[in-house]
Amino acid sequence: MLRYTLRRLLTAVPTLFLIVTISFFLMHVAPGGPFDMEKGIPPEIKKNIEHVFHLDEPVWRQYLDYLGNLAHGDLGPSYVILNFSVAELFSIGLKISAWIGAWAMVFALVVGVFLGVVAALRQNRWMDYAVIALATAGSTLPTYVIAPIYQLVFGLLLRLTPVGGWGDGSFSHAIGPIITLGLPQLATVARLMRGSMIESLNAHHIRTARAMGLSDYSVVVRHAMRGAVLPVISYAGPAAAQLITGSIIVETIFQIPGVGRYFIDSALNRDYTLVMGTVVMIAVFTIVFNFIVDLLYAVIDPRVRYE
Amino acid sequence: MSEALKGRSLWQDAWARLKQNRAAMFSLAYMALILLLCLAVPNITGHDFTAQYPAYTRVGPSLEAYPKAETLQGELQDVAKRARLEFKEWHQKDGRIFLTVASDKPVDERVTRYLDRSDSFKDAKVEEKSADGLTLVMSAAAKQKYFYFGTDALGRDLLTRVFMAGRVSLAVGLLAGFVAVVIGTIFGSVSGFLGGRTDEIMMRVVDILYALPFTLFVIMLVVFFGRNFMLMFIAIGAVLWLDMSRIVRGQTLSLKRQEYVQAAEALGVGAVGILRRHIIPNMLGPIVIYLTLLVPQVIILESFLSFLGLGVQEPMSSWGVEIAEGAANMEVAPYLLFIPTFFLSTTLFALNFIGDGLRDALDPKDR
Amino acid sequence: MTALLAISNLHVAFKTADGEVEAVKSANFTVAAGETVAIVGESGSGKSQSMMAVMGLLPKNGIAQGTASFGGQNLLALSKPELNAIRGRKITMIFQEPMTSLDPLYRIGDQLMEPLRAHSGLSAAEAWQRAIEVLGLVKIPDPERRMRSYPHELSGGQRQRVMIAMALANNPSLLIADEPTTALDVTIQAEILELLASLQKNLGMGLIFITHDLGIVKRIAHRVYVMRKGEVVEGGETARVFASPKHDYTKALLAAEPAGRKSPVPDTAPIVLEGQDIEVTFKSGGGLLGGAPMAITAVDHVSLALKQGQTIGIVGESGSGKSTLARALLRLAPARGRVVFMGRSIEALGKSAMRPLRKELQVVFQDPFGSLSPRLTAGQIVTEGLLVHEPGISAAGRDKRAIQAFEEVQIDPALRNRYPHEFSGGQRQRLAIARAIILKPKVLVLDEPTSALDRHVQKQILELLRSLQAAHGLSYLFISHDLAVVRAIADYILVMKDGKLVEQGSPDEVMASPKQAYTRRLMEAAFGH
Repeated sequence: MLRYTLRRLLTAVPTLFLIVTISFFLMHVAPGGPFDMEKGIPPEIKKNIEHVFHLDEPVWRQYLDYLGNLAHGDLGPSYVILNFSVAELFSIGLKISAWIGAWAMVFALVVGVFLGVVAALRQNRWMDYAVIALATAGSTLPTYVIAPIYQLVFGLLLRLTPVGGWGDGSFSHAIGPIITLGLPQLATVARLMRGSMIESLNAHHIRTARAMGLSDYSVVVRHAMRGAVLPVISYAGPAAAQLITGSIIVETIFQIPGVGRYFIDSALNRDYTLVMGTVVMIAVFTIVFNFIVDLLYAVIDPRVRYE
Repeated sequence: MSEALKGRSLWQDAWARLKQNRAAMFSLAYMALILLLCLAVPNITGHDFTAQYPAYTRVGPSLEAYPKAETLQGELQDVAKRARLEFKEWHQKDGRIFLTVASDKPVDERVTRYLDRSDSFKDAKVEEKSADGLTLVMSAAAKQKYFYFGTDALGRDLLTRVFMAGRVSLAVGLLAGFVAVVIGTIFGSVSGFLGGRTDEIMMRVVDILYALPFTLFVIMLVVFFGRNFMLMFIAIGAVLWLDMSRIVRGQTLSLKRQEYVQAAEALGVGAVGILRRHIIPNMLGPIVIYLTLLVPQVIILESFLSFLGLGVQEPMSSWGVEIAEGAANMEVAPYLLFIPTFFLSTTLFALNFIGDGLRDALDPKDR
Repeated sequence: MTALLAISNLHVAFKTADGEVEAVKSANFTVAAGETVAIVGESGSGKSQSMMAVMGLLPKNGIAQGTASFGGQNLLALSKPELNAIRGRKITMIFQEPMTSLDPLYRIGDQLMEPLRAHSGLSAAEAWQRAIEVLGLVKIPDPERRMRSYPHELSGGQRQRVMIAMALANNPSLLIADEPTTALDVTIQAEILELLASLQKNLGMGLIFITHDLGIVKRIAHRVYVMRKGEVVEGGETARVFASPKHDYTKALLAAEPAGRKSPVPDTAPIVLEGQDIEVTFKSGGGLLGGAPMAITAVDHVSLALKQGQTIGIVGESGSGKSTLARALLRLAPARGRVVFMGRSIEALGKSAMRPLRKELQVVFQDPFGSLSPRLTAGQIVTEGLLVHEPGISAAGRDKRAIQAFEEVQIDPALRNRYPHEFSGGQRQRLAIARAIILKPKVLVLDEPTSALDRHVQKQILELLRSLQAAHGLSYLFISHDLAVVRAIADYILVMKDGKLVEQGSPDEVMASPKQAYTRRLMEAAFGH
């Protein structure tokens, strides 16, 4: 298992390298630069600023510098949000985004798995149809529809929670983002769980368990659910990485100071280091969560062995 | 020679099964209706989708014609004000509206054009002019306008715009979905059919592209290379073909192992014949299923980009743009959010049911 | 004798989209304590469904009516908790699919202990002891170690032994075995059967044995019920039923055992296909990071010569390399060694150079469901070879040839526009044969052509093959795991094991004095001697 972990780490490095390289050059091919936006900067001053940030050097040189810094864990200064390094921006925003994202994922997994199992056990009855309808609604109502409706109903009409903002980070500020972020995931989880649970319940070894007179609890939970949860886990890994690294839509609509908004802002401002930082952050989280998924697979399914 | 009986192909079987699926058939009919509405409605409402009626911003959905009687006086007063004339009196007679205006200078007869220019009146003419020319009676016909879905913040007819937006959303969905399926199918089938080293390298490419942060990638493309309709296709297509290529590769690999393909090889059938008679016809089912499930994904992605202002640009519209506008005006005019949401969601619902129905029909496990 | 389980007037039906389908119609069975009863029938006869109904294992759309009285209770009327107190404890069941019947995620020990603890209230330590005891009973070597194994670490035969151990753990009074040997290799089948028979005798439990194989019935059952299309058509003492069957169907079943012999071809008959020193190796594993690939020798230096009009039977269990050998001879698998067809060396020919020869070397596969392209009509499938080898023929000409081919394999040519899924298994195998013989080949490789078919269909296909051979002077390579079939159709037998040729000779030579223990086991499996 240790060897496998090491090998995974080794293959993660080239993946990360390729992602960084593709993004870096893609970004530099695009017209414009971080200091073109601010009109009225005299050319000499702009030149000076660019010199300070080494932007006057050839692109390959900048690329090598960036790689060198990245290898030391240095994501560089933000070009646009002055006096902040990218790492500082993340350390502030990621706490908030990750908190919301993690709770959204927990909410989606717990409720989604439960609904999926219930639907599978009541296949083709009204409970099942209700879950299917909910799952379809969840995957056809985009976040940017659910979020304003949530604001309208709970914020404006019922006045139960704030319409937006982060305030002191209390739960009443977070509940809206968590629910709107979690609902589409919940829908997918419920749908996946229902499908794999139905398949699992029809497996031959479930028939064996029934023939041996085992209780419903043992048949459903011990024997059917354990295997059925695998597809949900492989879905949940990348999904969790995505949620934790912030959602543009939810953070925009609820005006939350997370890292999600950097997705667009940094790209629009040509804030090169912040764009790259975002790419690296998402890639690292994705790699880590995929690794966790693989480990969970090995824990649950003895047929999966990593040597 | 004996007369051959007719057989029932798997496609016919699938169609028969699909016809049994009420949700899918209803969804098919609904999609046909939406398509028809998107094609027809913007041409028959009488409103251009860019036409703005400043007099009617954010009027609610209603079956009644505008201008309404109770608002006429205000509008006539506005007209008089714009013409820098004094509003005297107005009345309706024989379906025409009579307006009396006055001024301390002789009134120019060309003031009728102020009536014509307004959103509410047409066919204005001078009826009477006092001898001193200081008072003028004009008459005009009311321009009857219907805003069944109301108007948006700029006073544009929502009915026209929603279906105009629908055209864009559906077109993007179908085209980008089709592009993704074509790329994915070619890539996946080549990879699976050739196998070996080539397959390994081609799939490694897919793995790396998978690892790219997908939303960020699309946003970067769009932001860096301009907000361009074609580019959106490329961005969406470039991202979504990956799943397709994996599915098709898997299918090709499993089809290659089928005994009927081995039997064809034993008959001496060449690669082209095997692809044409055995692989492709048997792969069409999964491809069609995936296409119907891909189209809603593309529509969501497009509307997501448009919601962020990175997609379709004004004055063109898509459901994502409309929903973004609706969300911005939600407090004063919630119908601006609910109406486009309704059409987007029901369309996605219907497409999902069609996809599920096709999957059940084309790929029945219980056989 | 008092009945242990008495099933009377059992109806089983399934609700489907096309209405209710009756699977079992007023069936009656009884089993006495300590008795072995066989239920025999072909696929779809309802033999499994009746027992599934008794055990409460029908799928959700299944409905069972009637009575199944066991110990004074009607099993069909019990609530789930009441039923759970009986199944797994007093009545247990084992199934056809040894590979998938155990939960892949739990250790063997956990799975054995779970029903013990649930029913007998044993402590973990007691259950562990008892589990080891029953593993010993089913002759699993090193039971202590096996308790900690996962199912995928066991072979199919061992998994079936574990299933039996699980079924016996609570000392049931009745064991239902649903085709427990069908999915196993022939030599393992005999062992499992022996085990079941001896356990039944020693433990004195009732045994219901569901099977399609009359050989097994004869060997182990005291009484037998014959089922057909959901009805019990005949029942009685095994010896009596075999000696004087009353029902026509039973007679047909008994007569469907492969019979007849093929006389050898004269020594002067020319050799059509010859393989010299054929060797096939597969690489497995390896890759970018996987290290060095492993080489597996599937066929290990085998030679054979097929004469005009001859049928060579290649016998062996799965994995013995018999199919790979045939594919190597057809140049469908990469191989080393020499292949000579009609005096011409063909092992080095490229794809296009092989193409004209494909017409002469044809093949029929085992799976009548998988070997026909599902989206082509039967006519298109049968004439596909003509597109390659006689491209000049018009569509009308091809149709005419299709009609001839259909007639030759005795299928109504009017069905030629039907699709494969509209035919039965036997008909599909006929279509596969028609596809091969339409090209008028010299050699036909038959890879387990009858294994997936019911016995009486199997017999018809064998007869068809015989008549085609006589009419066209075909030479057959007949691959099978079933010596009974091979004895009936081949005039020369090769026995293969682990890629090697271990024994060969005429059927009578091989059967009369098998030199290898392996051959003897194959014979036991086929004839039950």
